[in-house]
Amino acid sequence: MNKEMRLVQCVVNGTEVAEYVDVRESLLDMLRNRLGLTSVKKGCEVGECGACTVIVDGETVDSCIYLAVWADGKNIRTLEGLEKDGALTRIQEAFIEEGAIQCGFCTPGFVMSATALLERGETLSREAIRREMSGNLCRCTGYQNIINAVEKVMKEQGNHGEAE
Amino acid sequence: MFDIEKYYHAGTIREAVLLLKEHPDARLICGGTDVLIKIREGKLSGASLVGISSIKEIKGVQKMDSGDIFIGAGTTFSHIEKDPVIRENIPVLGEAVAQVGGPQIRNMGTIGGNICNGAVSADSVPALFCMNAMLRIADGTGGRMVPIHYFYQGPGRVDLHPGDLLTHIVIPGKEYDGYRGHYIKYSMREAMDIATLSCCVYSRTDSRKKVLEDVRITFGVAAPVPFRCTRTEEALKGMEIGGELYEKAETLVREEIDPRNSWRASREFRLQIGGEIAKRALRRTIEGGAGHE
Repeated sequence: MNKEMRLVQCVVNGTEVAEYVDVRESLLDMLRNRLGLTSVKKGCEVGECGACTVIVDGETVDSCIYLAVWADGKNIRTLEGLEKDGALTRIQEAFIEEGAIQCGFCTPGFVMSATALLERGETLSREAIRREMSGNLCRCTGYQNIINAVEKVMKEQGNHGEAE
Repeated sequence: MFDIEKYYHAGTIREAVLLLKEHPDARLICGGTDVLIKIREGKLSGASLVGISSIKEIKGVQKMDSGDIFIGAGTTFSHIEKDPVIRENIPVLGEAVAQVGGPQIRNMGTIGGNICNGAVSADSVPALFCMNAMLRIADGTGGRMVPIHYFYQGPGRVDLHPGDLLTHIVIPGKEYDGYRGHYIKYSMREAMDIATLSCCVYSRTDSRKKVLEDVRITFGVAAPVPFRCTRTEEALKGMEIGGELYEKAETLVREEIDPRNSWRASREFRLQIGGEIAKRALRRTIEGGAGHE
């Protein structure tokens, strides 16, 4: 096996980043080990649990099965990039209000999936929300409170007639 | 770290073909949702990879003046689902790929990978069989077009040679005009699951909806490769629309498909479900109705 390094230049949470990465490295490894973004959780490592979900160019991906070299030229967002001046986003607050967190391991992935969904500005049925959140697994909450949180923020956005 | 020997980056179709010819043992990788998992599981460990995910020529959907629809092999499932050309002309394909994995997987996985890995459970493939899709394959010497039903040669085996690259899936205009399709995926879970059995029906009726003029029925996971029920199709063509048609479809499909026993489901169970989902899908193509069942 060859240790081959490639330069990756991308934007992570609004900041330009240039890193030499191993071609065998996942985006998850790059974000955690090189950039210290430990909200990105290493769960199943085969793209099933969604704990490593990040937003790449506006779309959620499982960073455990996404090669770091593919991040070149991309805009990447993790949970660390959501809060502004210490203030949580509305969906993060809603997770707290609805008790959508227990052990917390899956939470960053869920919040990123919910963030990408809410940014689309659509109002969906509960069933459709479940479908949009189906790439994230939670072993504690039983999902109801998570779906409640997403539904709550979606309704608020709908009432304001605009996406936040 | 993934157990990858070498990673080669291809920026164009030409580069990809040259790299594949130069390194005949290298595997193509686009979305990675299949290849990287196989590497992680040890089934492809030590593989060299040719990465094609940044080739712009193989992304997106285009409708030509002739009516033929070109789908780039590197187009992700979620982009196909949202694409206006797909929605307007061949919505069944968007509905089918909306049932792949979960949202993240659909943002990463591509239709070309779904076809080329040869899995009989691929959600995009029954619809493509029904539409007699043609596959455009580049090989550095002019390339070739292969009808999708010749492409599947056996379980996991497809008609790709060293240096071949699937670049586009072509849906000829005459194959979708006037047709309506419906896809039913039968699986144990609503999401993040592989089909136990799947069926796509494509049909065209006369303008008064009295007679079934043409019908195409394709199964996934009912045989070693995706399977068109041609005998059933021939028997149903020209029949009057009504209860007798649907019952005949159910019975004939059960006689024609040849599913296997596996840990997912028994042969008997798949035969039972097969007749049922073919009937339901056929009814939906004729009588309409939204959503999946």
